[in-house]
Amino acid sequence: MTDNTVTRAQLGEAVYQEVGLSRNESGDLVEAVLKEISDALVRGEAVKISSFGSFSVRSKGQRIGRNPKTGEEVPILPRKVLVFRASHVLKGAINDALANGGGQAPAAPGSGDSTPPAGPGSRF
Amino acid sequence: MTKSELILRLAEKNPHLYHRDVERIVSAIFDEITRALARGDRVELRGFGAFSVKKRDARVGRNPRTGESVRVARKHVPFFKTGKQLRERLNTGE
Repeated sequence: MTDNTVTRAQLGEAVYQEVGLSRNESGDLVEAVLKEISDALVRGEAVKISSFGSFSVRSKGQRIGRNPKTGEEVPILPRKVLVFRASHVLKGAINDALANGGGQAPAAPGSGDSTPPAGPGSRF
Repeated sequence: MTKSELILRLAEKNPHLYHRDVERIVSAIFDEITRALARGDRVELRGFGAFSVKKRDARVGRNPRTGESVRVARKHVPFFKTGKQLRERLNTGE
């Protein structure tokens, strides 16, 4: 597994390669896409990108937390958190690519155990 | 908002681009993120969030319906951590 980090610059480059726009405008479009998604989430809308995944906003209630250093109890106020759920297409693309280099291949369905491994349609 | 609604919004704000091109641009971005994750790379978009891949070891799970033991193979799962700026915006509403 490599350990590189992809940033806006590479996404801009991918857009630049795809359509005949300047590098500058390609970068602006990457920014515009992220802004549209962020704005929708801030409005409380879920964002669903087919074959990729969905982003949704979940409200968390207040709970009592603890400062791990001092052991002191501190209230954690109600807040909103963003949850990303990857689509099966994205999960599949990652596992197909990483299973080979990652050692043990996924167990073949019907290889002894009567129940197939968790797959599309199961929980999560 | 769906992917096609996202494309529509961007097309409205960029009238100089063909709708078809906006579609290709949006797809190019998500395809690039997918390809990076499939290589095991991290995708870090400051202010928005970071996508990464986490490894889950093989384990013995249980079919919750039958109680039967099931071997779950080792796998990789995509993970997203919300960026600081977006997290703050979600809670202040702007």
